[in-house]
Amino acid sequence: MSVYPQGPLGPQEPPDILENPPGSRGPRLGADEWVARQEGRREYLPSWLGEAQRVFERIGWWPRLAVAGLAGALLPSLGLGGFQLQVGIDALVIALLAVGLNIVVGWAGLLDLGYVAFFGFGAYGYALLSSGQIGSAGIHLPAIVSLPVMVIAAAILGLAVGLPSRRLIGDYLAIVTLFFGEAFVEFTNNVAPAKLGGPNGITGIDPIRSFGIQLTTNAGYYYLLVIVLVITMAVLRLLDTSRTGRAWRAVREDPLAAAAMTIPVNRVKLLAFACGAMVAALAGTIFAAQQTSVFPTDFDTPILILVYAALILGGSGSIAGAATGALVVMVIYDGLLRNATDAGFLFYGLILLTLLARLRPWRRLAAVLAATVALGFAAHAIAAAISNSAVAAGPGSGWLARHWVIVPANPQTPGNWGFVILVCMLIALVQVSTRWRTILMVPTIYLAAFVWETRLVVEPSITRQLLIGAILIVMMIARPQGLFGQRRVEAAL
Amino acid sequence: MRLFLQELVTGITTGALYGLVALGFSMVYGVLKLLNFAHGDLYMVGAYIGFFVIQWFGGAAHVNIPVPLLLVIMFVLAAVLVGGLGVAMERFAYRPLRDAGRIAPLITAIGISFFLENSALLLFGSQFREYNTPEFISLSSGIQVGLVTIDSVQIMVIVLALALMLGLRLVVNRTRLGRQMRAVAGDREAAEMLGINVNFTIAATFFLGAALAGMAGVMAGLLFNQVTNTIGFIAGLKAFTAAVVGGIGSLPGAVLGGFVIGLAEAFITGYVSSTYTNLLVFGLLIVVMLARPSGLLGRAQLQKV
Repeated sequence: MSVYPQGPLGPQEPPDILENPPGSRGPRLGADEWVARQEGRREYLPSWLGEAQRVFERIGWWPRLAVAGLAGALLPSLGLGGFQLQVGIDALVIALLAVGLNIVVGWAGLLDLGYVAFFGFGAYGYALLSSGQIGSAGIHLPAIVSLPVMVIAAAILGLAVGLPSRRLIGDYLAIVTLFFGEAFVEFTNNVAPAKLGGPNGITGIDPIRSFGIQLTTNAGYYYLLVIVLVITMAVLRLLDTSRTGRAWRAVREDPLAAAAMTIPVNRVKLLAFACGAMVAALAGTIFAAQQTSVFPTDFDTPILILVYAALILGGSGSIAGAATGALVVMVIYDGLLRNATDAGFLFYGLILLTLLARLRPWRRLAAVLAATVALGFAAHAIAAAISNSAVAAGPGSGWLARHWVIVPANPQTPGNWGFVILVCMLIALVQVSTRWRTILMVPTIYLAAFVWETRLVVEPSITRQLLIGAILIVMMIARPQGLFGQRRVEAAL
Repeated sequence: MRLFLQELVTGITTGALYGLVALGFSMVYGVLKLLNFAHGDLYMVGAYIGFFVIQWFGGAAHVNIPVPLLLVIMFVLAAVLVGGLGVAMERFAYRPLRDAGRIAPLITAIGISFFLENSALLLFGSQFREYNTPEFISLSSGIQVGLVTIDSVQIMVIVLALALMLGLRLVVNRTRLGRQMRAVAGDREAAEMLGINVNFTIAATFFLGAALAGMAGVMAGLLFNQVTNTIGFIAGLKAFTAAVVGGIGSLPGAVLGGFVIGLAEAFITGYVSSTYTNLLVFGLLIVVMLARPSGLLGRAQLQKV
């Protein structure tokens, strides 16, 4: 055997056996045993966090789900008030929707932009079947009848939408479904106003009533939704690990290869569509019963974007991720409406968390934080010295607005300019080199605080929409696998 | 007959407008294979820019510079600023995702659209801003052709839109930049190997497309008078329909699709009811998509393995 087949300076052949890093345990790197243990080769967090992740994953899925469900069911007894309960219900509805959307987008890889129409279809269907809307006396079907009827009808509608568009790939499917969603909103707004109520919607919908139980309180709907969500997640988990689930993922990764493996690609896609539609319609019926009224605006694009934000934040492709993402998004979304102080904690907390997570080493982090604090006090002092009206924060504003952030007497116009400049600076931050980024970060954070205190906190309902849009953009760029998802390691090390 | 001709004129005018927006849409799709859902919101931003230009020069009733100059400033400013916004959008949000598969950029595009719409709501409020075009361009200054009157704003919109379309055609077919754009659209990797600055070309495409949308926004303001933050979404959907009906990625197709949608909309409004306009236009799109997914002038794409 020659010692240097490529000459002494030629490229060295890689060693046959990959060496484990010193001190690590477990099977040898690259061995079959090792691959099997990695379960699809995931990327774990560094250090003890990754270890905790591994321990967590070793617990079976159903104890985890059961514990999460129990925790959810116990929350109201910890003294959740009326508002928190409503947030909880909204979050559970969005979670149910996100879990359903996950089938279509996360597993089957079909971009369905008309998903909310199925939610609306379920809600409107329940509203027609279980209210006084049709005929003189109304139909008033009990929920035990109308709920399954609507779920099955939604599955058929899902097939009907999916059937002609099954050949459309990627973008074209997105277009058709987007227009399907828009057409649904137009339809409910304009067609048959006597029955569908036009923009005024349908009111006076029966609550869910079956087996002698009538759900009228929010707590009742909360428990119902927890149960429905847990059952749906369990069923979907079983579906995920079944032949069908594997077929969906195969079709997502490569339809041609899947077809070569005798997977009926079109049928599998249609099934995903129908399953997603069923979950959405289920969420819709419960939503209609809980709200006792439905309006076309409940099923418009903002809800679609909310559900997508939930799915993307949690990590598309994972059931638990979709549900968790929905809870996080809804807490941010509804938390912003509550009061300025809580929203402020949320805002500054998010900035701090992002800095903590992204800025390394800690010396840079400390320098940025110290510089920002100093800049704030300096700017405030200078502005106060120049003019009194420049720092005229109202008595209701927080400590920060009175001592650190400049809040002028008439904050709207400067706040608007601040917002525009902030967006420009954020874009600039991405472009510049690391050193400049560190330096630019200080005024950007201060400017963000300024815009927050002058404009965003004043308009919470707009701010939360902006935040949802920003979540979608930033997540797709920075962490497409979602906050809780794990990136699959593509190449074997 | 009079109704027919009047609706014909309306349809051609709005069709020209949709065609302009659809052109940008199609161009971006051509080079990046990306459905830029945020394109309609660029149109909305353009409309707001036009409105503020009118305000800066004294408001509609007391314009303190010559009206033609005002119009030039409106269009140029809208084109430059909205074009810049388009470039920023590409640089910030789409470039990092260029090789990230099909779904990720689409979701980003939805996010950007939502973000822009709500930014406008935050900055300008939800009230309608009015151009009050008749205050500075007299309604009676149009021409009478047979039974119908075409007012001067409509003439200007049609002429300008056609000029822009021709200009774009010249840019794409005759200039160096246009050749680079077509090369990138054809095969990005090969174009890069041949020394074409792909990033610059894509940014330029976004600039041109966004500038057209911005100018279309100003035209919409002059024509329809009212501007609010949600006009972008609907106009985006219509332009999108136009691009798809004409064959997405094909520039003559986008213009043709724009006229088809504009005329369909005008005749539906004139002869059926304005309530069902959007529903029928969306229905038209779904039918075209299902019957001929590659559009009227598009070519069916072979799926590469």
